[in-house]
Amino acid sequence: MKALLRAVVTLLVLVAAWQALVWATGLPRYLLPSPLAVADAMQRQAPLLLTHGLTTLSEILIGLVAGVALGGVSALLLARFRTARRWLMPLLLVSQAIPVFALAPLLVLWLGYGMASKIAMAVLVIYFPVTTALFDGLRRTDPGWLDLARTMGASPAAILWSIRLPAALPAFWSGVRVAAAVAPIGAVIGEWVGSSSGLGYLMLHANARMQIDLLFAAVLVLGLFAVTLYAAVDALARRALPWQPDTQPAEDANP
Amino acid sequence: MLAPMLAMTPLSVTISRARLTYGGTLLFSDLTLELPAGRTTCLLGPSGVGKTTLLRILAGLAEPEPPTQVVTGDGLPLAGRIAYMAQQDLLLPWLTVLDNVLLGDRLRHRRPDPARVEQARALLDRVGLAGRERDRPAALSGGQRQRVALARTLMEDKPLVLMDEPFSALDAITRLRLQETAAETLAGRTVLMVTHDPLEALRIGDRLHVMTGRPAAMGPALEPLGPVPRRVDDPGLLAHQAELLRRLAE
Repeated sequence: MKALLRAVVTLLVLVAAWQALVWATGLPRYLLPSPLAVADAMQRQAPLLLTHGLTTLSEILIGLVAGVALGGVSALLLARFRTARRWLMPLLLVSQAIPVFALAPLLVLWLGYGMASKIAMAVLVIYFPVTTALFDGLRRTDPGWLDLARTMGASPAAILWSIRLPAALPAFWSGVRVAAAVAPIGAVIGEWVGSSSGLGYLMLHANARMQIDLLFAAVLVLGLFAVTLYAAVDALARRALPWQPDTQPAEDANP
Repeated sequence: MLAPMLAMTPLSVTISRARLTYGGTLLFSDLTLELPAGRTTCLLGPSGVGKTTLLRILAGLAEPEPPTQVVTGDGLPLAGRIAYMAQQDLLLPWLTVLDNVLLGDRLRHRRPDPARVEQARALLDRVGLAGRERDRPAALSGGQRQRVALARTLMEDKPLVLMDEPFSALDAITRLRLQETAAETLAGRTVLMVTHDPLEALRIGDRLHVMTGRPAAMGPALEPLGPVPRRVDDPGLLAHQAELLRRLAE
């Protein structure tokens, strides 16, 4: 509760500073709208923001689920089969070397202006962090556990499933946290390149028509999505790993 | 109480003509170690002498160098007939104490039937951890965790038990108590225990070998008298300890 209060206070101070800056400099509304103007735009344009927000949110969520699933399966295949490692590893690295921005126009060309190209974009940015996080986790199993499992007559598949995978879950969830943070980027880039709805589309549109207050409102909604998504994934990770000790100094959590 | 667990006849195992080179250095060659059926053999020696490697060869975790040979009393291969206990407890932190004891069944895709679960509970009771079945390993002390590891080893119920310095990470008093539990629960099995603690070997070993030198040689078996676990203040034990320390220092 105290942490929430602190966050609110910080936010209020920032907003007050922003308002003060606008008053002091007298910047025109189309360069830097005041917080009040943004709040006003948010209220007036609520239905518009909601429609476009829903589009973007769906893209982010579908992209996140698909990207995490794809990354998880890839990491398991890489860990389990030597052939997969030898053939897919270079592909994985190359896929990451190509900037997603460069692929965005292609994806729009192939998959159209609808949601599919944005979901694909989100999957592309999510796939790599999830795959490498889980694969790294799978490779770092305590050798003692593997010795024990071998003396117990466990098959490689049983070792992967019952020991290496649970042991890698903390690393996997770190990857998912990163994925939750970058998923909105993927979706919005996709919308910038070519779309007919979504917050990215709304931002471009508002920008072109000098509706900077609407642009700010759209950014705010997107930020709200990102923070909520991250908090949800973080809570989910803690629930999924009750055995994982949090070794952050206790004073951080409870002053 | 534990008699029905010991279903199989004890197995004798001999490792002979053992040879080990590490990074071009010959650690030992033509070494022989006999593990008589139903007895506890302790292997002592300074670090790096190759005693853990001998144990790992028996466990199937290290490839034996030719012409090393492992011969069992019944002539059948040793694979799948050993239980292994290491210096670390190797408990899986995401499983409960009970599930850790039943880990072997889980890894062999065997549904733990009520009889097996009951057996695991009985073993936990035997090592003094009744009532802790649902706890996670993180809630236990180091000594308790090693007790769970002992229960897991006994649950495997294999003819040969291999222990690699199983109590060396524990404090002195906890170690003494665990040695007693181990001696009681392992009675009648063929056991090889690698240790660097002469007192530990004297308390629970039937036959003690000291491995020293480079290339290493296997000393003659020392067979302390009296039933295990022997008392720490047993005068005979203390005399033997002086002898063992002398041999270790050679």
